[in-house]
Amino acid sequence: MTDARKLRSSGNWWTVYGGPLLIGVLSVAGLLTALLSEGAGRYFSWIAVGAPVALTGWFFARRKRR
Amino acid sequence: MVHTWSSLISTLFLLLLCITGLPLIFHHEIDELLGYDPKPEIAQPGAVKRSIDEIARTALAHDPGRVLQYILWDKDEPNNVIAFTNNKVDGDPDAATLRAYDAHTAKPLGSVGGGPMLIFLKLHVDMFAGQPGKLFLGAMGFLFLVAIVSGVVLYWPFTRRLSFGTLRDKSRRIAWFDWHNLLGAVTIAWALVVGATGVINTLAEVMLSQWKANELTDMVKPYAGKPPPVHLASLDVALENARKAAPDMNVSFVAFPGTPFTSSHHFAVFMRGDTPLTSRLLKPVLLDGETGEVSDARDLPVYLKALLVSQPLHFGDYGGMPLKIIWALLDIMTIVVIVSGLYLWVVKRRKHRSHAIAGQPALQPSR
Repeated sequence: MTDARKLRSSGNWWTVYGGPLLIGVLSVAGLLTALLSEGAGRYFSWIAVGAPVALTGWFFARRKRR
Repeated sequence: MVHTWSSLISTLFLLLLCITGLPLIFHHEIDELLGYDPKPEIAQPGAVKRSIDEIARTALAHDPGRVLQYILWDKDEPNNVIAFTNNKVDGDPDAATLRAYDAHTAKPLGSVGGGPMLIFLKLHVDMFAGQPGKLFLGAMGFLFLVAIVSGVVLYWPFTRRLSFGTLRDKSRRIAWFDWHNLLGAVTIAWALVVGATGVINTLAEVMLSQWKANELTDMVKPYAGKPPPVHLASLDVALENARKAAPDMNVSFVAFPGTPFTSSHHFAVFMRGDTPLTSRLLKPVLLDGETGEVSDARDLPVYLKALLVSQPLHFGDYGGMPLKIIWALLDIMTIVVIVSGLYLWVVKRRKHRSHAIAGQPALQPSR
């Protein structure tokens, strides 16, 4: 079982949690930026907090092409 | 197991919270559209603002037999003066009437809030069940946080062999499973923040009582045992003194003696700063109810500051319309995560049952 898993998986910590972690850090940064600054910070917050939506759309579009 | 049960118990209530929360994101716009957000008349050039005492008299004359609890100044609409009246100074919050008055003419502009958004708000905050309902929803919110954290742990065995963002359409179950994982994974941080700040908000009354029992009691010690004021001081005098005590701040609202936000002897004028952050951090100035002289002014304790700063992070109303739209989309994504989770549980149960009937062991890892 262990050998089979090693052969098949690209399953290390980073490939599994890296994506969600990056998007999570970006989200929190965006949430706080909007709270702490007006003006330019707002534009960043829209991009950062909206990233999960955009990323989902991108994954969805990519799936369609297959 | 933790993920299944924490989710299942809270599912129905989380759906209620997500669905009622969706229109509440836009409550300001909807209230405006439906006429529950009155606007001040356009002031004549050089017009002078009326005294607050006059507006208070107008408000009392408008709702005879009632008493004033609070007068509030909207941060975005400084020419609206909003008066809360109730049947008693410490009356049931649900019995309060909110009316806006024009700062320049003292004319009544209409009632504030109410309408369909109030129903959504009550469903969202306490399901019309008062403080027990609120604390119950807080517990459901806590289960939501447990479900998210346990979901993160489960994410590893379930997606170890899949690349991030895989969406397969082999079967309906697999398609829903992939959507559950993807939408759950990308919304973790947002859902944790909105969930946690929502739970903190359910404890607002508890924190307020804590403040009254400790800090406020300490601030009004010299007044202990004195009877409540008979003739209230002029509001304009009290507000002027409060502004002098906190010179770089603006008035957010004034609480009348005996209301939940102050002592029975004092006006409490809550001051706010003018940056996005400091406008949330209120500072109470206590003034003698009979003379309007400042008795004390202290910053709020850390737990109340945390509550005030956390509120916008729950409401999503602090970054303009684009942020509200993103908030709504993330809310919809969370609804999909909840519904797909429920679907996956139902399908798995059915499978388990049919396997049991056929005498075969279930092959799926237990969740």
